Amino acid sequence: MSQEIINADVKGAKSNTIKCLNISEKKVGLFVTCLVNTMRPSVGFASLKLLEEAGCTVEVPEQQSCCGQPAFNSGDDEGTRQIAYQTIKQFENFDYVVVPSGSCAAMIKKNFIEVFKDQPEWLARAQHLADITHELLSFLVDVCEFESSGIELEGSYTYHDSCSGYRALHVYEQPRKMLANVKGLEHNPLNGHSECCGFGGTFCVKYSDISNEIVAEKAENILATEADYLLGGDMGCLMNMAGKLNREGHKEIKALHTAEVLAGLAPQILGDENASK
Amino acid sequence: MQANKPENFYQNVKDALAQPDLKMIIRRTTDKAEAKRAEAIANFPGFENARKQGQKVKDHTIKYMDHYLAEFEKNALAQGTIIHWASTAEEASKIVLDICRQHEAKKVTRSKSMLGEEIGLSHALDNSGIERVETDLAEHIIQLAGDPPSHIVWPAMHRSREDVIKLFREYHKDPTYSEEIIDLVRSARRDLRTKFLTADIGISGSNFLLADSGSSCTVTNEGNAELTITPPKVHIVTAGIEKLVPSMAHAVPLLRLLTRSATGGEITQYITFHNGPKRQNDADGPEECHIVLVDNGRTKMLADGMEEMLRCIRCGACMNHCVVYKHIGGHAYGSVYPGPMGSVLTPHLNSLEVANKQTHACTLNGRCEEVCPVNIPLPKLLRSLRAQSWDKKYEPLTNRFVVKAFAALAKRPKLFQLVSSCGVIFMRLCSRQGWIKSMPLAGGWTRNRDLIEPESKTFMQQYKAMKKAKSDGA
Repeated sequence: MSQEIINADVKGAKSNTIKCLNISEKKVGLFVTCLVNTMRPSVGFASLKLLEEAGCTVEVPEQQSCCGQPAFNSGDDEGTRQIAYQTIKQFENFDYVVVPSGSCAAMIKKNFIEVFKDQPEWLARAQHLADITHELLSFLVDVCEFESSGIELEGSYTYHDSCSGYRALHVYEQPRKMLANVKGLEHNPLNGHSECCGFGGTFCVKYSDISNEIVAEKAENILATEADYLLGGDMGCLMNMAGKLNREGHKEIKALHTAEVLAGLAPQILGDENASK
Repeated sequence: MQANKPENFYQNVKDALAQPDLKMIIRRTTDKAEAKRAEAIANFPGFENARKQGQKVKDHTIKYMDHYLAEFEKNALAQGTIIHWASTAEEASKIVLDICRQHEAKKVTRSKSMLGEEIGLSHALDNSGIERVETDLAEHIIQLAGDPPSHIVWPAMHRSREDVIKLFREYHKDPTYSEEIIDLVRSARRDLRTKFLTADIGISGSNFLLADSGSSCTVTNEGNAELTITPPKVHIVTAGIEKLVPSMAHAVPLLRLLTRSATGGEITQYITFHNGPKRQNDADGPEECHIVLVDNGRTKMLADGMEEMLRCIRCGACMNHCVVYKHIGGHAYGSVYPGPMGSVLTPHLNSLEVANKQTHACTLNGRCEEVCPVNIPLPKLLRSLRAQSWDKKYEPLTNRFVVKAFAALAKRPKLFQLVSSCGVIFMRLCSRQGWIKSMPLAGGWTRNRDLIEPESKTFMQQYKAMKKAKSDGA
């Protein structure tokens, strides 16, 4: 699906008028994340499109896997190091590393250094990678000073601030600022917008029933906004909330990654979803 | 209600989730606490500074713990207080019981103290046949109900007003038949007043121990600590050694943080500094005063690199803001200390082997750290306890296997990509109309929610094909 999207023009949309810093000569490495890679490739292509529109030269190293959160959060420090070694090697030579997920970006920015406390050489390399790594939406706004325009989407959205992005990386204004430029799209604020959705990585399967109680409450708050779209910046949380809404039979609200909307891919994705019904 | 055991955490959670009203009852308190705290912080522009200051005071005192403990002992002795040292919970409660026996005490009053619960003092007193009178209103309620506490600030929060009405009617000598809160409070007051005045010994906890004066500070809203401490001939304080601060000036910023974080109040009704036994010209006060300084795992926390946890001033904000606590309540944790702070403390007070499951019952969302008045990095500490459990192999074998298999794949990107693309094929086979309702190996997910159907190819497959198409085209 996503190749076609990338190759085609967006129907009825003008291309972006771009205002951005002169960072075109800077090389950006896109860390796709394993959830985007397997579950939602269109988020990866949306990221690619947005970064290029923002003037970046983007490369996607093919030798990438996972940020290591499942191992790190389970307490497996050695497993985390093994994963981190190759992520560092793959990405340390870029000028910037960009990740379309707050929690994976936070893992690289904040947590890699914790497992290399006793290895000074790797600690320095992990710190360097931490310094150049950014979450996608904050990178576009804060570093690229990117302002998209010409994107249209009719309807209203509500926004869930994923915990890692919000608390560890302070991503809050950036997605809202960019979404304000999407024509036809209105914001219905979410009650408890920054309260955990109950995903928590391995938590949601380990403590599935507690997670279920948490996401059920989140779903109620989402439905109360009467928004057409549920947006966020993390696939894990989006899959959790969307999965609960669908289980409860609420098909009226569609979950999308913010990058998909900003890249103008929403109409195609929604079209595809409707087609599969 | 029997106290739950920490090692039965899975079952405790199941039981808690099966209680239909529990969540609603918890919410009545935590929602209010959250809102009141937020308001108090908004009206306190110096909050961030106070927080830094509070953290500094705690860190400094913890760093020079031996010095301040010695100073505290010296100054308390000079006031005429008798100092006892207890390295374990058993030792601590034995010291208290011995003092009670020495004075042939028949009745003791107690003001709320989590440390007292931690060292098992309630049970020890009950078992030795001494009449124990809990004087804090919430503690009074759970004593009547026979419950363990479910929160460190509101120990009876799991009991509804209806429960309280029933309990008071059953146990009070002169109960009220009104359902108004004020009348219920009066009913408890009538019941407790005579007991305050006839107790042989009063036992309290301490919110702060001041090293430069040897005094102990209590913070309450009901004045019950003052009535517990002053009338009886003997006063016993039980306190954890982390309650130390250098002086009153250092306790003040912590007090400002404590009351706002706990109840949203700028100050509580009563804050009292107790300075040893009655002096010659004092109108009242205990004739004998004991302070039992309790370690019970605290110095081990220092040695284990968990010193940040010793900053804790027991405000309860972390549990009020915890999504997990709000759904399962305090009893499920099987410890005197529930919620995020409890999940860090319990492995040290008890053992990691029995209390490691709680460290995983957390989404690491960071809200507790965000509201902690002394900046305790609770998620980091929980994660480090998980690492210790991992090293000690306390994790269930299946979990270990899954994580290890995942890590083994993730460190080999080529294989990882291959397995990912196979996974996509497999998931699509299980999918109907865009959603997966159930799938082998994904029961944890699909038991409660659907899984979105992945696109037909992974990002990497599509990306490679796109690049190839581009270069072929060129």
